[in-house]
Amino acid sequence: MSLDLNNATFQGYRRENGRVGVRNHAIILPVDDISNAAAEAVAKAIPGTLALAHPYGRLQFGADLDLHFRTLIGTGCNPNVAAVVVIGIEEGWTQKVVDGIAVTGKPVTGFGIEQHGDHETIMRASRAAKEFLQRASECRREQAPLDELWVSTKCGESDTTSGCGSNPTVGNAFDKLYAQGNTLLFGETTELTGGEHLVADRCRNQEVRERFMYMFDRYQDIIDRFKTSDLSDSQPTKGNIEGGLSTIEEKALGNIQKIGRQCIIDGVLDKAEIPGGPGLWFMDSSSAAAEMVTLCAAAGFVVHLFPTGQGNIIGNPILPVIKLCANPRTVRTMSEHVDVDVSGLLRKEMSPDEAGDALLDMMLRTANGRLTSAEALGHREFVLTRLYESA
Amino acid sequence: MIHFVVHDDGDSVGVVVVEGVKAGDELSGWIMDQDQDISFQAASDIPIGHKLAIKPLSEGDTVIKYGVDIGRVVADIQVGEHTHVHNIKTKRW
Repeated sequence: MSLDLNNATFQGYRRENGRVGVRNHAIILPVDDISNAAAEAVAKAIPGTLALAHPYGRLQFGADLDLHFRTLIGTGCNPNVAAVVVIGIEEGWTQKVVDGIAVTGKPVTGFGIEQHGDHETIMRASRAAKEFLQRASECRREQAPLDELWVSTKCGESDTTSGCGSNPTVGNAFDKLYAQGNTLLFGETTELTGGEHLVADRCRNQEVRERFMYMFDRYQDIIDRFKTSDLSDSQPTKGNIEGGLSTIEEKALGNIQKIGRQCIIDGVLDKAEIPGGPGLWFMDSSSAAAEMVTLCAAAGFVVHLFPTGQGNIIGNPILPVIKLCANPRTVRTMSEHVDVDVSGLLRKEMSPDEAGDALLDMMLRTANGRLTSAEALGHREFVLTRLYESA
Repeated sequence: MIHFVVHDDGDSVGVVVVEGVKAGDELSGWIMDQDQDISFQAASDIPIGHKLAIKPLSEGDTVIKYGVDIGRVVADIQVGEHTHVHNIKTKRW
């Protein structure tokens, strides 16, 4: 029997700003690399909180700095996050991140290390973290309509089975969610190379089409500026090639299966930019899994559909990443990473509609609280995108 | 049993979806978009996920998959032969 989405609901956490999350994390967010030690010490002192360590945040400037702030603030604003303790080396940029997150109305506070040192900062931040964790523990799940679920997608370690199995399964699910008015996201700019004309043809209007082609051409310019070869071994990756993908065009055409056959691209976003309404959005982004998924989380998405062929094992600290796979060898050898096995598609034992429904069913179970394989295995990759060198 | 799948009947390649295909094996294929069955003999050993040519391809030809251009042929390929980075290349970058 097919899944009835018309009256579907999920149990989520409604935040102060009205958005609904599916996780309830109290996070410790370092502004910069040198504050990781204090952030991790706080998370150790207050078990149940989560430190999001990363290697950046010093001497960045211009668009690269804007993206750094947008990603940190967006991560804190994500409705999967209940409360945030921000720690930075000094108070100015720390407060900037606190202020950005505070617009959501959720509990957030910040600490600068200078003139206090690690010990005093860890003590003060731990007091705040304990209080926030207890407040978060009183948040309760409540029923929310399906269309309040923001769903992103990105594939990884793709192979040819991605293009004929797991990616079309996401496409089937996206077509069904689009009809329900969900907010949906895809990206991976260079990984559309060879199929960009097909994506352009799916844009809502000329303005969206031009914005998409602007983002696409901008990324092609980066490749042209820095390449030393035809990118063999990088795009497609060694894993892609091992899995049978031969060219970027072949990889791109498989990738595009994720946006289904009926969805229209309603808008185009810059990296970590938050969409302004429901529909399918394209976000300019790297195709590297952890970078892209981190940007999805920063853009406010609360559940992620991740098809893989050869077995990408990525997770994210705040965004549940649901893995699906159609490669029978990967399903057999890496079963602990696979949430939804759609290998039956390639044996004609499962129809595309049944595969899409199986994925949507797992998406709803995940939204209701089931841990993904990546969460259960402790995969919490938090990887910030950099645009160029620091000053 | 389906040994390989083809996206579209205009494609020049199919994808092996079972493990252990050896040269000389009789392979059954499924053209997904048109829901048709085809069969070929494998001309090489082909790992799972890798492609076989379902049409003869000559150097300089365009390889079609999903009904779209996925690159150019750099060494002649016979029907049933393993088709990958050793005989096809991107037209981009």
